[in-house]
Amino acid sequence: MTAVPLLQTSPAPHKAVITQESPWARWTLILLALSFLSLFILLPLLAVFFEALRKGWEVYLAAITEPDALAAIRLTLIAAAIAVPLNLIFGIAAAWAIAKFEFRGKSILTSLIDLPFSVSPVVAGLIYVLIFGLQGWAGPWLREHDLSIIFAVPGIVLATTFVTVPFIARELIPLMEAQGSEEEEAAIILGASGWQTLWYITLPNIKWGLLYGTILCNARAMGEFGAVSVVSGHIRGLTNTLPLYVEILYNEYNFVAAFAVASLLALLALITLVLKTLVEAKVAQQTSRGNHS
Amino acid sequence: MTIEIHDLSKQFGSFTALNDINLTVNPGELLALLGPSGSGKTTLLRVIAGLETADSGQVLFNEEDSTDKHIRDRHVGFVFQHYALFRNMTIFENVAFGLRVRPRKQRPNAPEINRRVTELLQLVQLDWLADRYPHQLSGGQRQRIALARALAVEPSVLLLDEPFGALDAKVRKELRAWLRKLHDDMHITSIFVTHDQEEALEVADRIVVMNRGRIEQIGTPDEVYEKPANPFVYEFLGHVNLFHGRVHHGHAWIGDLQVDAPEYSEAEDLNAIAYVRPHDLEVDRTLNGEPALAAHIVHILAIGPVVRLELAGKDNQSANSIYAEISKERFRELQLARGDQVFIKPRKLDLFPNHAQNGSIH
Repeated sequence: MTAVPLLQTSPAPHKAVITQESPWARWTLILLALSFLSLFILLPLLAVFFEALRKGWEVYLAAITEPDALAAIRLTLIAAAIAVPLNLIFGIAAAWAIAKFEFRGKSILTSLIDLPFSVSPVVAGLIYVLIFGLQGWAGPWLREHDLSIIFAVPGIVLATTFVTVPFIARELIPLMEAQGSEEEEAAIILGASGWQTLWYITLPNIKWGLLYGTILCNARAMGEFGAVSVVSGHIRGLTNTLPLYVEILYNEYNFVAAFAVASLLALLALITLVLKTLVEAKVAQQTSRGNHS
Repeated sequence: MTIEIHDLSKQFGSFTALNDINLTVNPGELLALLGPSGSGKTTLLRVIAGLETADSGQVLFNEEDSTDKHIRDRHVGFVFQHYALFRNMTIFENVAFGLRVRPRKQRPNAPEINRRVTELLQLVQLDWLADRYPHQLSGGQRQRIALARALAVEPSVLLLDEPFGALDAKVRKELRAWLRKLHDDMHITSIFVTHDQEEALEVADRIVVMNRGRIEQIGTPDEVYEKPANPFVYEFLGHVNLFHGRVHHGHAWIGDLQVDAPEYSEAEDLNAIAYVRPHDLEVDRTLNGEPALAAHIVHILAIGPVVRLELAGKDNQSANSIYAEISKERFRELQLARGDQVFIKPRKLDLFPNHAQNGSIH
């Protein structure tokens, strides 16, 4: 109800005269924005694909189907496949608790969720090295039981999960707060159990926001470099994710292969962008509908 | 279902929402909780529903303590001010929800659910909207669906939280009459919260007037309107004029005006406030030999059968404007115009001691 603009009644042509700049100023500003965008975003993106395909399709395909590249792709997918569902469950639980209930320490929990955003990823990685590394707190115990976390897959999954914690929770909290808890209260008065309320009322109401958060979370999980770099150990074919593999190839002056693998990440970014735009429209539609019901 | 409330209190931090509430709701009655915002009426309703827990006190449903009873087991129907319809479900599914979430053994089968939902939608005269979604309905329609949804589980009590508060004046009036009729047909014990005194007076069997977490008065609409228990109820229910005066040995003086006040026979020169309803003020052009208060007309509102006069007193008996309501015939007879001098005399007034000015008297 609050979203209805009050001044919409004034006729459009009249408004145009008051609120628009002169054509000269308008076009200068548009040109400025466009050239900025092309220089800093479009050009690098094109450069990635240009460099990757510089020596033709065969070389490109060979670069991304090489065993080490495939191993990197597999590891990236594994890390995302574990981190994203974990954050999905945690994000829903945290958002549910924060948005629908009042409790002591709520603001602390909210800032804790933001911590991975405010801490440098390198520091996040180092924390895990400090705890689980050979010289770390849990090091001796892990060695005794023949477990390795740092410089192994579990460390990569841990680091990835840590840096992607905020994405889903942060997306859901404002959405759930805006929706309030009246529908849930109504459901419980009508006899629904907690699980029924979550399944039939809460989740359908947040589904688009949830999908949006998941897409962003996934993009970050696959693209994370800093934290993963610290805990990975850069063992080719074993603990290299896609971003780490790109760095190694680049450092070896294998530019075409580096750009070929990088193009996969760029492609992921583009797909994410398209999905994000589609879902965003749905979220907006749902929110405005929510305000009117 | 009888609901008894004993010594109920609730604090929100330092704010006292409910202060020692005692109340009995009789079976089958339609009770209004009336009060300004922050008076605790919604909190009381939510405590009865189980949506809030009281700090102390008890709520008894048919003499059974329900303090520790889960919301689900209280069998109440609740209607929210903003409807709280499930936005992702059709109207049909909204009404069917309470039946569908029942444990398998108690759940009616599909044709039975179908029959009951259709019946309820017919009851609220909206069966043609079954396949729509809540956002496609008007406010009044949504509230009727919310009511049908609450009735679907056959509650033993119906609780309504400002049910018409979000609707425009015309729809509100229609729904009011409709709710009254529905209640007369179904006889389900119902409590509704409102800040609209007209709504409470028109719809309820009994009214509970609340203020600052306390109950000020409980009574039928006629009782609370005609015999308000205290100044708060007087000022909250309907328009009222306030005059400052004194009482002494069974008589009250308001300016030149003297009235009998037998209940104050013991009073010794006490400051008092007199309340007079606008329609209890007699307006005349001349004094007629009897003492009256002089005033002049500031504004005339002559729409409909009742003419509303805004008057300014000559003396300081009334700090604010004085409002009087007279019939159109009387208005024509007196040929009143703006700025005219008139004399007013109350036909009926109620006196209350003015504690603020009497100081030591509590």
